[in-house]
Amino acid sequence: MKTVYSRRDFIKASGLSGAALFLGISSASAKDVTVITAAQADSLGIELNNWISIDTTGLVTLINHRSEMGQGSFQSVPQIIAEELEVDITQVKVVFAQGSQAKYGSQITGGSSTIRGSYKQLLRLSATARELLVQAAANQWRVEKETCYAEKGMVIHRPSGKKLGYGALVSDASKLTPPTSVRLKDPSTYKILRQPLPRIDTPLKTNGQAIFGLDKKLPGMLYAMVERNPRFSGKVKSFNETEVKALPGVRHVLKVEMAVFATMRHGVAVVADSLWAAMQARKALKVEWDDTGFPHHSTEQLYTRMREDLKTKPLWFKAKGEVEKAWAKSSNVLEAVYETPYEAHACMEPLNCIADFRNGKLEIWGPIQGPDWVQKDVGEMMGLKPEDVTVNMTFLGGGFGRKAFLDYPHEAAVISKAIGAPVQVVWSREDDMTQGPFRPGMVYQCKGGLTEGGTIAGFEAIMAGQNMGHQNPGADKIAYNDSVTEGFPETYLDSIPHYRFGDVPLESPVPVMWWRSVYSSTNAFAYESFMDELAIAAGKDPLEFRKQHFWNGRFHALANRLAEVSGWHKRKPSEGYGIAITECFGSIVGEIAKVSRKPGGGIKIDKVWAVMDCGWYVNPDIIRAQVEGSIIMALGAAVKHATLFADGKAVQKNFDTYKMPRISETPDIEVHVMDNEEKAGGVGEPGLPPCTPALTNAIFDLTGKRIRVLPFSLDEIG
Amino acid sequence: MAAITLTLNGKSVTIEADPKMPLLWAIRELAGLTGTKYGCGIAQCGACTVHLNGAPVRSCSLPLAAVGNKPITTIEGLSANNSHPVQQAWIAEQVPQCGYCQSGQIMAAAALIARKPNPTDQDIDSAMSGHICRCGTYPRIRKAIKKAAALATANVNR
Repeated sequence: MKTVYSRRDFIKASGLSGAALFLGISSASAKDVTVITAAQADSLGIELNNWISIDTTGLVTLINHRSEMGQGSFQSVPQIIAEELEVDITQVKVVFAQGSQAKYGSQITGGSSTIRGSYKQLLRLSATARELLVQAAANQWRVEKETCYAEKGMVIHRPSGKKLGYGALVSDASKLTPPTSVRLKDPSTYKILRQPLPRIDTPLKTNGQAIFGLDKKLPGMLYAMVERNPRFSGKVKSFNETEVKALPGVRHVLKVEMAVFATMRHGVAVVADSLWAAMQARKALKVEWDDTGFPHHSTEQLYTRMREDLKTKPLWFKAKGEVEKAWAKSSNVLEAVYETPYEAHACMEPLNCIADFRNGKLEIWGPIQGPDWVQKDVGEMMGLKPEDVTVNMTFLGGGFGRKAFLDYPHEAAVISKAIGAPVQVVWSREDDMTQGPFRPGMVYQCKGGLTEGGTIAGFEAIMAGQNMGHQNPGADKIAYNDSVTEGFPETYLDSIPHYRFGDVPLESPVPVMWWRSVYSSTNAFAYESFMDELAIAAGKDPLEFRKQHFWNGRFHALANRLAEVSGWHKRKPSEGYGIAITECFGSIVGEIAKVSRKPGGGIKIDKVWAVMDCGWYVNPDIIRAQVEGSIIMALGAAVKHATLFADGKAVQKNFDTYKMPRISETPDIEVHVMDNEEKAGGVGEPGLPPCTPALTNAIFDLTGKRIRVLPFSLDEIG
Repeated sequence: MAAITLTLNGKSVTIEADPKMPLLWAIRELAGLTGTKYGCGIAQCGACTVHLNGAPVRSCSLPLAAVGNKPITTIEGLSANNSHPVQQAWIAEQVPQCGYCQSGQIMAAAALIARKPNPTDQDIDSAMSGHICRCGTYPRIRKAIKKAAALATANVNR
């Protein structure tokens, strides 16, 4: 897959002639965008954010500014373009953009933002191109533009039936001034959007041709493996440099440091001619560490501390009314504590990155979620200006938040600079799984009061755990965690007269970071479990109890659909059903799990129904795939795996101890997508948070056992 | 180091390698075929699965010394043009997300339907449980294996 930087590169890469129509966005701000042609950009002396071009054969080339890590941006973005541009999707070619914040705005593939962050711009851009082509044809035929229309890559004159392909019109169209406003299609007339079209990248991923970071090779490239401090903060005391350097194929053995938030991770790199040689030499490497001056936490210590912290004064984030009054007036006050584990991302492709730092310029190739961050921040760490840093994206073998972090490109750059040659740094599975950053472990204390009528009079939630933001250089460590409400449907807040949310931040050398759906992935377990406990205490049906607290029609529609598709109201007493509804990254997802007892003991998850309301959407099949995957990832963290710590080090090093969900443990999953034209929400992550509480609520429904600590074993439930 | 001749995707390939080197690294680093992936290095995830004499093996844990001249098939050798029924079914069911584990999944599925033309759910569970997919494509893998079996049978009967 080619990557491009400037329009000149783009022309070269795509073999375009100067006659092509180029259209781009003249501002990186989402609010103030103007669609302009290349000619206008040249006369204004500004760099065109060349998002799409149409060449003289009618081929549309699109610069994809987001990573493809499985979430389907490779398909979704062309589908948007093809719809408004009136071309067949096979006429749209995708080229990866290189990292450039100035040109593309944020390129971070995170917060499920690929579509929701850019769809309006893409629709406008494509509609503008279509209008220019129609105008060019009308001019050529000397007819009114209104008598012409676009279809399947052609402009057609309705009265005469005359036709011209886009390729024949691009030269004329490129000389026109784009209209300042264009009419976008009514979604009810969509022909390409909303269709479950197959993904363009699928064939590359079924015959081994897709190039991931680990598959990339440069001429003269060396290979590095790094022994990093297993306790995260320690320094290198000594290492057997002479011995390792004498091994076959070894070129360099050197101390390296990479930035991990405000700290430096110390390590020793073995650089060799081949990856095999580097792997072998690393086995012989012996590093003695200085691990003094910082705590060596164990899981027990971390959780004991979090439980203790809940008794201290939290940093209050959000409050309404006075919860103390609510407790006094409530007929029933409940309290419960929930615990969620630390987790590794465990992307199937272990971390890796190629860096070539020579002559004051840095070029990077790798599986990267945030190429613009690498360009700016890694560039800065290496003392370079953004224009001296080029970032090339490969396919990502999973990301889930981990590959948005900058440690591994930084380390590759440091090694390349030290040895003066291009180098690929490869992390072993063990490196990938033990070095973090991890999803932070959390302990939540929830308190709720019920009115006589069985509605929520007051709600309080306190979260103890590491605050991801507090790790950043210069972070204000007495700042509250404003993510404490993530996952909690905003609409609940309107219906609860008294509430407050707070957190007690924990300090530890263990680095923590976004993990698919971020804080929602753990918050939702606490809040939607507690919502269930309140419903049961109120003597209400858990689904109807939630509806009582929804003041928004979208939530009611979603809950009703979920009840309908799952047969919630027709369930038998012998069946365990549990529900959870969460809001995450602009989308609402409700899930119902159905469980039963296994003949030999333990619990079987029979089925999970999911209803996703992500507003305006592109491709229902990609949404279904993302929700299926989110559910399975959630189940892993609920019933299979966790990262534990002992003496300051991660215990689980590989898949023999970090047990992943397998095909044989996967329940039947049925996903439904709500049809509406609300603002587009995220798709890649919001399906994850409701799964775990839906499951544990279902287990309570079946067995009367309330699960408040994750992970748990399905086999151990009687 | 020794000169080792492998029968790789029907071709004879001679490499200079340590006989202790696992087949995976010979395929990727020495033969230059990158469709077969490194996932764990300890035969726990299945990303490195290739066929040895038609049977699925974990190439990350199989030393070259144990390979001999037995024929090896990698994802590239299954078919480059996606014409194998498993590849066709994978595309039809839109299985891959990130795609990293899929070469291994496909190789395991191809070996399964070669051995069991009509695999049951239990057959699928036992053949595929050694394969991890972090994206969670399992429901589609199950559907695709059933579709591939039907396609393969239809091809035979044609």
